[in-house]
Order: sequence, then C-alpha cells, then structure tokens
Amino acid sequence: MARQTTPLARAGSAATTKRMTGGQALIECLYRAGVDTIFGHPGGAALPLYDSLYDARAIRHVLVRHEQVAAHAAVGYHRVTGKVGVCMATSGPGATNLVTGITDAMMDSAGIVAITGQVSTHAIGTDAFQEADVMGITTPITKHNGQVQRAAELPRVVLQAFLIAGSGRPGPVLVDIPRDIATAETEFEFPEQITLRSGKIPPAVPSPNQIAAAAALLRQAARPVIYAGGGVITSNAAPELTALARRTRIPVTTTLMGKGGFPETDPLSLGMLGMHGTAYANYAINAADVILAVGVRFDDRVTGRLSDFATGARFIHIDIDPAEIGKNKPAHVPIVGDAKEALRALDAQTPPPDCEPWHRQIAEWKARYPLRYRQTGDTIKPQFAIEQVYRLTDGRAIVVTDVGQHQMWAAQFYLSTEPRTWLTSGGLGAMGFGFPAALGAQIGRPDALVCALLGDGGFQMTLQDLGTAVEWGLPLKLYVLDNGSLGMVRQWQQLFYRERYSHVFLKNPDFAKLAEAYGAVGINVRRVDELEPAVRRSLEVTDRPCVVAITVDPEENCYPMIPSGQSVKEMIVEDDRIRD
Amino acid sequence: MTGSAIELSRDAPSAARAPMKHTISVLVENTPGILMKVAGLFRRRAYNIHSLAVGVTEQPSVSRMIIVVEGAPEILEQIIKQLNKLIEVVKVNDVTGFNTVDRELALIKLNATPATRMEIMEISNVFRASVVDLTEKTMTLEVTGRSDKIDAIMSLLHKYGIREMVRTGQVTLVRGTQPT
Repeated sequence: MARQTTPLARAGSAATTKRMTGGQALIECLYRAGVDTIFGHPGGAALPLYDSLYDARAIRHVLVRHEQVAAHAAVGYHRVTGKVGVCMATSGPGATNLVTGITDAMMDSAGIVAITGQVSTHAIGTDAFQEADVMGITTPITKHNGQVQRAAELPRVVLQAFLIAGSGRPGPVLVDIPRDIATAETEFEFPEQITLRSGKIPPAVPSPNQIAAAAALLRQAARPVIYAGGGVITSNAAPELTALARRTRIPVTTTLMGKGGFPETDPLSLGMLGMHGTAYANYAINAADVILAVGVRFDDRVTGRLSDFATGARFIHIDIDPAEIGKNKPAHVPIVGDAKEALRALDAQTPPPDCEPWHRQIAEWKARYPLRYRQTGDTIKPQFAIEQVYRLTDGRAIVVTDVGQHQMWAAQFYLSTEPRTWLTSGGLGAMGFGFPAALGAQIGRPDALVCALLGDGGFQMTLQDLGTAVEWGLPLKLYVLDNGSLGMVRQWQQLFYRERYSHVFLKNPDFAKLAEAYGAVGINVRRVDELEPAVRRSLEVTDRPCVVAITVDPEENCYPMIPSGQSVKEMIVEDDRIRD
Repeated sequence: MTGSAIELSRDAPSAARAPMKHTISVLVENTPGILMKVAGLFRRRAYNIHSLAVGVTEQPSVSRMIIVVEGAPEILEQIIKQLNKLIEVVKVNDVTGFNTVDRELALIKLNATPATRMEIMEISNVFRASVVDLTEKTMTLEVTGRSDKIDAIMSLLHKYGIREMVRTGQVTLVRGTQPT
C-alpha cells in the first residue's frame, strides 16, 4: 500500500515522545498543525480539553455564544486565509449545534477541523448525559470523521484530520475525543510527518494528453466561454485564469462561489451565471460551443433543467475531485487535477481562438440586458444600498453575505476583483452564515475591511454573537438590508404561489438599539439621503462592530431569474415596473 | 479496472440505463463506522442493496465487503467514485462480468415429519445440501452455491413449510492470478 506523506506546518515544541494527557497532546498537535486560532464553546465532556487550552500560549481561543457560529467562523477564517479553520465544542448539544456549519463547509468545500468532546469510552452508547452519536450524525456531512478510541492514536488522528481537511478538494473533518482519553496521561509519540493512503489526495498535475485535447477544442471554438467556480479560489488559480482569459480573449462567467476568481470589472467578465445571474452570462453559456468548466460542479442553481443547459456545447471539465466530473453533465474532455496547474498548462498551449462575431454578440447582450433597478423617491432600493457600499468602500472590502435576496443582489452589484474577498453560503444556503463568517474573516485578516451584507431574517439567526465581536473589538461593518420579511421566500410566494404570503413577515427589533446594547455602534437608516452619511460613519469605526440597519423597499424582487428547474428560455429578465 | 464493467453495459444499446445487477468488491480498513459510511453512499442515491457480506481478509487490518446491487449504471459509477474518496477504503472494484467464483451459504429450517423426511433428503442430495439439525418436527439444511442455486432449492422446499431461514449474502473472488 503506497502512501503519500506530508510534512507538518510547524515542528513541535516537545520532544517527539512525551508523557502528557490527551488534552495536552491535542494542543501539541494543533500547534504542530500550524493552528493559531480556535473558535469554540466549552462544556462538560470538553472540560479536559479546555483545561489544556488554558496553558496554550500560542493558540488563541475565540469564545462564541453558540457553536453554529464557531463552525461558520472557522469557514470564514479558512476562506480569507487559506488555512484550515478550527472549531471546538463539547459533546451532545455542542456537537449538534455545529452540524449546520459543518454541512455548509461540506457543500462549499471549506477546509475546517471540528473537534468535539465526547462522553467517556465506557459510557458511549448508553444514552449518557449530553451524549449524541456524533460519528453517526456527521458521517454524511464530513469529508472524513474519526473518534479517538485509544489515547496513543490521538496524534495520528488529529494530524491526519488537518491533512485531509486542507488537501485535494478541501472539506470538513471531525475528530471526536472521549473524556477519558483527554484525561488519560500516557506516553505520546508525535509523528514528524503524516501519511495517507495513496490516491486519497488526487494528483495535482493533470494529464498532458487531456490538456492537449482541451487546447485543441478551445483553438477551434467559435463561441467559447469559461465557467469558473470555487475551485479556482481554493487552488489560488485566479492569476492563471486571468492570464489565460485575457490572452485568449475568452469571456469568463463565475459562479456564486467563484466570484473573485476573475475581475468582474474586466470587459471579458460576464458576471455571475445561473438562477439570478446576469442575462448575458446565461445567454452566453447557453449559446456557447465550447465551455471550459473549471472548479465547478454544475449545480442546479447554475444549470436549471440539466437537459436544456448549454445544449450545443462541448465541455472541458477541470476538477481535483474525479467524482464531480460527469456527475451532472458528461465531459468531452475530463481533466482531473489542480485548477492552477491545469490552467497554467492550458495557457501555454492555447492560441487565441478567432471569435470576433462572438464578442460582438456578447457586447450586444450586455448593452441590451444590463443589470438595473430604479431608485426613485425616499424608499431605498436594496440594490442601491449595495451599490453605495461598493462605491464608498472602493470595491475593496472583503464581502460576506447571508442567504436570500440580498445575497443575490450583493453578488450582482458588489463586483469582486480579488480572490478570497467574497464569502457566502452557496451550496447549503444556510441563513445565519453571514455574520459569523464575517467574524471569522476579521479574526483571520485583522487589518482588512470586512463588510457583511445581511438580511434581517438571517442576521437574527446568529446575531447573539455581537457579544463576541464587541469583546474582540472587531471593526466589522454589518449592513442589514431590512425589508421586514424573508424576502426570497416572499418573492417565490408572490411569483409561484399566487401571492399567498405564508409566514414571511417579520416583526423586527430596533437593530441600532440592539447593537448599542451589545456595545457596538448602531445606526438606523430609513430615508435615501441618510444612507451615504451612515455608511461613511460606519467606515470610521475602528474599534468595534458597527451595525447599519437599512430599511429597504419590501416589495423589491430579485431579477434576472430563471425559475427553479427551468431553462434560459424561461428567464424573467427584469421587473415589469422598471420599464417606462 | 474500476468501472470497466459499467462501460460495457453502457455500450450495449438495449442494456443502457436499464437496471442491472452488479457485484462490487470493496476493501476497507477495519475501523468502526466504515460499514455505515459505505452503506450510506448507497442509501443516499436510493440504490438497492441486494446483499452485503463482510469479513476480514488475509490482512487482519483489512476487511472485504462484497456488495450486490441493482440500479442505473451511471449512478453506480458515481457511487464508486464516492467510495474511492472515503479515507478508510483501500480499493473498490466492480467485478461484474469478470470470471469469478460466487458463493452464498443458506441455513434453511423447515417443517419435516417422518413422512416427508426422505423426500427432503432427496432434494437435499441433488443440491449437495447437508442436514445440520434434525428434530421430531423440523429439519435444518445447509446449502452452499451460487445465489440462483439457493433460490432453486428454496422454491422446491417451500411446500414443506419453511419456518426460518438465513442467507449470508454473496461472496466473490476473481478466478486465477488477477486480484479481485
């Protein structure tokens, strides 16, 4: 059995073999794995782990108010730094509270390690106090999970978790540590390097034959499009993608997760595609004859009805995960490998295809179907609010969104130009993600301007952690687009359920007062002329979070829209009311 | 090797997309929870598992699962790719259509009176089954063979009244020097 070997991030502070408790061994492993931050919440079964953390000088622990926040924050931290994020919780309820965040990480391929306390080995399976079958619960939502059964295997299990979480297609790994193992004092041996069975980390270098086949296909293309996703961000392939696209002049559309992989300010950018993507991105992908799909998974929010998606196209599909290739759409040229390596190789071999008519066609679509809305009167349009934030931050913020209408508007109107500056819950679509992920991002990038664009519904799912953000003095900007409803659900009820508005209107608190109560700065904005001064004021706050609650038009709908399970033919380009 | 049998079924125009039985061999590290991980991948795509037999191999740290499933080949291909990603999985092989030895064992407890005993013994002889328990009212047979052979003896024994039965599920090895 061949094995792959990876050296550790840091050499240990201890000798290779040392007598200590399981808890201390965990801390030693975290140190060796290069961990500097843990988002977590203690509890009974995690007491020995937390006791060891008390002495850990090189690792800071961010005490959250709810474990879901710890998992989302670990994802936010991972996204902006590229390092594996770490969250920690106790057994039972602590672990079950992590579940949403772990699932989000799984769906969006975020490398995090979740460490959970567990009841003692002799009590497992007896319905002990605060016991949950965490291994059973998390098996389908983790890339890998493991329970430490004997103290001696703790270093291997923990260090392997970091290797698995961060390599290949990243994902969440959970390590469950029973209480007695954390307490037991024994002679621990720390491996100098970690090994995994070969084949578990897919080869980064793509097959030269496949690259040549892809280059040949692109060379002859008349209507090529690059369809780029989160894999481009993960593999740090944005420079390679940008170089290839600019040299060959192939237009690029990015998915929700791929935003930042190619500058949306570039004339070759088509913006986002899919259900709420730009009309021109959707027209282009569906008229394309060759599609270079890189780091994407042909999600239903992108393709709509699969049988009607890009019917005239041949696909080149680059992905590090062989299981993604051919899953939803057969690939004419499958390329298993790292996006960065593959794009670099492709760039060296692909001459610019001759497709001037295609560029003219795209320019025409762009001119005819721009993203637009109409800001009139005192009521603030949500798109206008986002454009103001975009303008006043010079488009340079790390933007974190929650889930719903505001997320789609943010994707449309806050143009991304740099990788790792756009954080959102794409696959799982987990409301409550935005604020915690922004918190994790700010901890990971203390000097960056981190702006969360949130809805009033999602913010209220996790806002209790304003306490944490104030405690750490995080200068987060939280822009809450308050339409007094669960806007996306309301939109669907309006369009597809005959305006039967079933349980979508929210009675909201005074968000500014709430923020002030936590010790943050709070500003309420109701009229359009209050918006710019409020955003400017929020940008001046440097020592604590600032919540700007913006009352927006509650009836605004998100367009363009391809209704669920339909195709570009059924796209609603814009609101009828926008036209004269 | 993995998946070659799937390609074959795709090439056959009539069999394409039609559900067909597949025999999958999965070598796994002997760790708690791996059975659930493997079975979970089939469950999630609502793929029907006919039988699943697990046992330790010549290496004590490694177990082999033989899984007989039925369903659409493209979904099975996806499941095999997912199986390969599990850290504890050593090797996955779809051995459908390979030259294999397939065996299953069944224990069948049926009603048997002194009047019917000889008849049952005759059936049992034809199938090379052996009588492993005998009482005034019952008889228990052990039969080994391909799954269809067990189906055949079952259909003959039915009329005597089967009180209980258990099957191990199919186990399979590829013939000759080629590994399974």
